[in-house]
Amino acid sequence: MTTNKLLVKDKEIVIPGQELAQGLEYLPSQGTFREEDKIISTYLGLVSINQRFIKVIPLTGKYVPKVDDMVIGKVTDIGFYGWTLDIGCAYHAVLSLRETSGFIERNDDLTKYYDYGDVVVVGITRVTKQKSVDLTTKGPGLKKLIGGKIIEVTPSKVPRMIGKQGSMITMLKEKTGCNVIIGQNGRAWIKGDSTEKEALVTKTIMKIEKESHINGLTDKIKNMLESKK
Amino acid sequence: MTEKRVDGRKADEMRDVEAKVGIIKRADGSAMFRVGETIAIAAVYGPRELHPRYLQNPETGLLRCNYDMASFSVPERKKPGPNRRSVEISLVTQQALSSVVDLSQFPNAVVDIFIEIIQANAGTRCAGITAAALALAHAGIPMKDMVSAISVGKINGKIYVDLNKDEEDVEDATDIPVAFTGRTKKITLLQLDGNITKKELDEALKLAGESCEKLNKIQEKALRECYKNE
Repeated sequence: MTTNKLLVKDKEIVIPGQELAQGLEYLPSQGTFREEDKIISTYLGLVSINQRFIKVIPLTGKYVPKVDDMVIGKVTDIGFYGWTLDIGCAYHAVLSLRETSGFIERNDDLTKYYDYGDVVVVGITRVTKQKSVDLTTKGPGLKKLIGGKIIEVTPSKVPRMIGKQGSMITMLKEKTGCNVIIGQNGRAWIKGDSTEKEALVTKTIMKIEKESHINGLTDKIKNMLESKK
Repeated sequence: MTEKRVDGRKADEMRDVEAKVGIIKRADGSAMFRVGETIAIAAVYGPRELHPRYLQNPETGLLRCNYDMASFSVPERKKPGPNRRSVEISLVTQQALSSVVDLSQFPNAVVDIFIEIIQANAGTRCAGITAAALALAHAGIPMKDMVSAISVGKINGKIYVDLNKDEEDVEDATDIPVAFTGRTKKITLLQLDGNITKKELDEALKLAGESCEKLNKIQEKALRECYKNE
């Protein structure tokens, strides 16, 4: 029987195939697997240790759709049954007619509601094992986006951009006066009164993405935005 | 062991190596790997939808490799486009890497790897595999292990590691490209061009294993450096 030993520190960067812990005391969580008595990372990511559970949060990678996520999608195809959206994951997602808010007349031209290339904030209602993704626009904050600009960030860094109870994004909105929506798929929509303001938000979001692993980032960003005024 | 090679290296000495991650902005993951004068760049795209549809597998995702040499990579201009050799190398690269990547989370999808040799001086398939493994990790593809590859060879009855073009072209030289996984030290690629005895092969594989261990350290460093604080 081997001794239980932790081989990495919390928030350390690990590579695929790296041993994280030895012994059966520790349990593999997301992004890790157990081989015999060792726990091994499957991603290039940051270790997160929660008591006995060891997790690796990937630093890069495509968005993996999850039920109840709010994402930003772009209409790529229109069929008889609804719309097909690109939500930045490996699979296309379907927004069916029944899942749209508001009344749609029978045999109506669907481009009146969402046209090709339109950007929509949608919720994910279902992800099957075969990864077919169902979407909805029924719900608070789910709507078509008009104007503004879209930038893309790494999906795994989205929680950092939103912050604890939305602290980061609330601050960002208050300090710049821009309207910002960040989807879980790593797409952020920014709309402000001027392009300068939008550029400032873009710059700030890029900075957060780059420095997402630093502690006390919210305060740092706050100072940065205040000095820009 | 004391006998010097054409470029003054020791028998178990690799050419100087360099690895860099994140060199192609529009790719999901990318890496450059240089060993001596051989430079390979790899780009990973995906997981994304797989076309043609008949290749889709509802059980797991597919890993697709494409190895290509730039027309200016060799002294005599190479005709661009796939040929018999590049098709073979694409296949062995895919086989060398598919045992470590876990695409069960991505049914019906594909992960594309594009390896481009922009400068060649022997050992291109090994450089390609090493670069591709880095690019896969950088793309956030779930992997059970890292892979690194090196060529070993026999010239005039002696075993040397990482042959260059001059050594490879020696008469009766045997060239053995080998790929090892990082943690488990398993062989995922083993080709052999020439004649060799069992004892010599054992020695060659041992040498390759030691070199791959070094390469693995370099890969690890390159991946970490990508996320160091600026």
